Amino acid sequence: MATRQTQLLARALMSPAVILLFIWMIVPLALTVYFSTLHYSLLDPGSESFVGLENFEYFLTDPAFLASLQNTLVLVGSVLLLTIGLGIPLAILLDQPVIGRNVIRLMVIAPFFVMPTVSALVWKNLLMHPVSGLFAWIATSLGMTPIDWFTDAPLLAVIFIVAWQWLPFATLILLTALQSLDEEQKEAAEMDGAGALSRFIYLTLPHLARPITVVILIETIFLLTVFAEIFVTTGGGPGLQTTNIAFLVYSQALIQFDVGTASAGGLVAVVIANIVAFFLVRIVGRNLEA
Amino acid sequence: MGRITLEGVQKSFGPVHIIKGADLDIPDGAFVVFVGPSGCGKTTLLRLIAGLEDVSGGRILIDGNNVVDVPPAKRGLSMVFQSYALYPHMSVRGNIAFGLKMAGLPKAEINRKVEAAAATLNLTPYLDRKPRELSGGQRQRVAIGRAIVREPKAFLFDEPLSNLDAALRVQMRLEVTRLQKQLGTTAIYVTHDQVEAMTMADKIVVLNAGRIEQYGSPIELYQRPANLFVAGFIGSPKMNLITGAEADKHNATTIGVRPEHIGIVEAGNEGWSGKVVIAEHLGSDTFLYVDAGALGTLTVRVVGEKRLNAGDAVMLRPEPSRIYRFDANGNSMFA
Amino acid sequence: MARKVTGRHVVISTAGAWIAGFVIFFPILWMVLASFKTELEAFATPPSFLFFHWTTENYVTVQERSDYLHHALNSLIVAGGSTLIAMLIAIPAAWSMAFSPTKRTKDILLWMLSTKMMPPVGVLVPIYLIYKNLGLLDTRTGLVFILCLGNLPIVIWMLFTYFKEIPKDILEAARMDGATIGRELIYVLTPMAIPGLASTLLLNLILAWNEAFWTLNLSTLEAAPLTTFIASYSSPEGLFWARLSAASTLAIAPILIIGWFSQKQLVRGLTFGAVK
Repeated sequence: MATRQTQLLARALMSPAVILLFIWMIVPLALTVYFSTLHYSLLDPGSESFVGLENFEYFLTDPAFLASLQNTLVLVGSVLLLTIGLGIPLAILLDQPVIGRNVIRLMVIAPFFVMPTVSALVWKNLLMHPVSGLFAWIATSLGMTPIDWFTDAPLLAVIFIVAWQWLPFATLILLTALQSLDEEQKEAAEMDGAGALSRFIYLTLPHLARPITVVILIETIFLLTVFAEIFVTTGGGPGLQTTNIAFLVYSQALIQFDVGTASAGGLVAVVIANIVAFFLVRIVGRNLEA
Repeated sequence: MGRITLEGVQKSFGPVHIIKGADLDIPDGAFVVFVGPSGCGKTTLLRLIAGLEDVSGGRILIDGNNVVDVPPAKRGLSMVFQSYALYPHMSVRGNIAFGLKMAGLPKAEINRKVEAAAATLNLTPYLDRKPRELSGGQRQRVAIGRAIVREPKAFLFDEPLSNLDAALRVQMRLEVTRLQKQLGTTAIYVTHDQVEAMTMADKIVVLNAGRIEQYGSPIELYQRPANLFVAGFIGSPKMNLITGAEADKHNATTIGVRPEHIGIVEAGNEGWSGKVVIAEHLGSDTFLYVDAGALGTLTVRVVGEKRLNAGDAVMLRPEPSRIYRFDANGNSMFA
Repeated sequence: MARKVTGRHVVISTAGAWIAGFVIFFPILWMVLASFKTELEAFATPPSFLFFHWTTENYVTVQERSDYLHHALNSLIVAGGSTLIAMLIAIPAAWSMAFSPTKRTKDILLWMLSTKMMPPVGVLVPIYLIYKNLGLLDTRTGLVFILCLGNLPIVIWMLFTYFKEIPKDILEAARMDGATIGRELIYVLTPMAIPGLASTLLLNLILAWNEAFWTLNLSTLEAAPLTTFIASYSSPEGLFWARLSAASTLAIAPILIIGWFSQKQLVRGLTFGAVK
């Protein structure tokens, strides 16, 4: 709805961002594709040679890939379940008439602002340490045997840490959505004789369907690439027990210096992320029309 | 001076033709209202005159100069927007002064003009408030103040009263008309409300589907509508339109009778017999919706209170001189 | 709007919400407490909650032993620099897409969003090698550049959703008032956009400050921001809990405060406007 003059200007203003992002997307990705077809090890420079899809074959048939794929899926799925499963009741609770809601909101949102390396190390040491951690003390006080988290249930420990970081995000989004639920709709439902439970099932949940979808998709994108939490707590171990795809690619590249295989692995990660991104872009795109 | 002439003005967005060739001559000092149903192109036409859209064809002349390539600010027009479009971060003073500031006027002169405009509009006590601290009517006045302070060749109003409640709308309607007469500046006013159009305009432009259906004074439009569309659009309640045998009697495809031109006569007289479906008693008027058999449901307006209720049988008689005749194309046939 | 609420309801939900809030916040609180303990007390079982010997020596040690301020400065430069540059590139782009949209604007926006969804690990290898060849490894410049590009889509999106809310009428009014595009920017658009600009700035500062993939992989010591610095406490010989807690408290305090101020904008920013 603008005149010709402003449209030309608009295009000029947009180009730096578009060009930069285009380069940022295309150059490294093209290089990754290229490297993925090479035998290329940093430990053995000069020996690069074209090997076709051999790296993919190697990466995909490596038992480490299946293990890390499984770990990735378990991690993503569990964190989603925890954050949404706890986020919904928490959001509903905060939507009630609560004294001091603003202070509680601050406490609930806080973990999201803690950098991943800090939360991972604080949980690993101060809370989950098998001897001196707070959890160990609680378990002992209750007459139970403390769990040695990072030996006996390392993946679960990582899941808890990541879920703690993302619970605020889910809660805050669901709370925002709840607060936008029309009060008159609730009153209309009350007049129609709907009890609290029916109102939750027939009004609140459908209203939350969209924000829940958004939470699932956005969290998934970030959870697929969880890295720092694993890097500072377990280093992927013991064995491969906490290695996810992101960490596997990292270790292939910067620990084993196998550029070719790491590139192939990176592309696999891109494909997995794109499947999720496809759905998110569609949902956000639909929202653009509104 | 502010004479605005449109010559074959066209506008299309891609394949969609919004304005299909408009010719219009608006004399200096006139209050012209563009009226029509939503989507008829009236706002687009106004925005073309303002320069907020580029024309796809034709010429727009302001005082004889073609302005189609002149940017909006240089056309010497000012506009009052439907949403008021006040700058939320500026005070009332800042809002009114902005155009003058952009024009580079000296501070003292800006102040003098802003204060004069504020006095005209009873805004003086509010000059240092922000728009959000004002009521709807006050915001409206600020928007008008912003328009008049620049002493433009013409005011453009885009449905400026549609966000106000009914009582305020009537009041602002009077104020805008009074102000325009007082300043003697050309005004183009867009509305979908035909009562606003009838009460405010010197001349009305009736638009429909991107075409000008008729251009004339309110009474001309009421008395001599050019076609079925104008006949149906101007006048409230709407004109009764009758086709079939009754129209044939008048050698027309369609005949129209306004509700106020139908009388109620004693049973046994010649006329249209029918049964009252709904009676609305307003005190000053009585509106009857009468089921008149083959003629359809007719609206009848009786001045004063008429003791008729739903179910009563009535005999209706149209004033013979006030029957409008339309041909098969919907154009008026005047005797 | 006011719904009738029973007193019992308020008491129960208040108690529940406070307990939940406290449990969630507890790890942070516990960390802050530990930072004021001696190493021995921090490690002690049973733990002491409040009645311990309060000390600030850990904070001193963190600075003296490992030059905390150096890494804090790195964080500030990397997070601040990348955010500012991203804003400079994003403001004109978002402005034009919000106010002069074309048929392709929507596609461009979604494409930009999709670049954010590319997992960083997918391009880790080439970026690492490029940085190695250009001598950008462990430099602030390198980190500023990568974080700027990484957050650019989010910055553009956030700004776009804010700009979109500025009524078009107002810009047209400014044009009718004779403002040129430059003056329109200075007098009308910028003042109206400041709240949106501020929250975009804050949110991206937070994201860049906490970014822990590229910072861990591309910096080691010289350019290491706080994320990398804290990670160095993961080695077994670095297990000084009180010191770790002090360093961590310092690292998260500024961002926690900024975060608390910008929490309202967080939702729409991180959901790309899909939830407001």
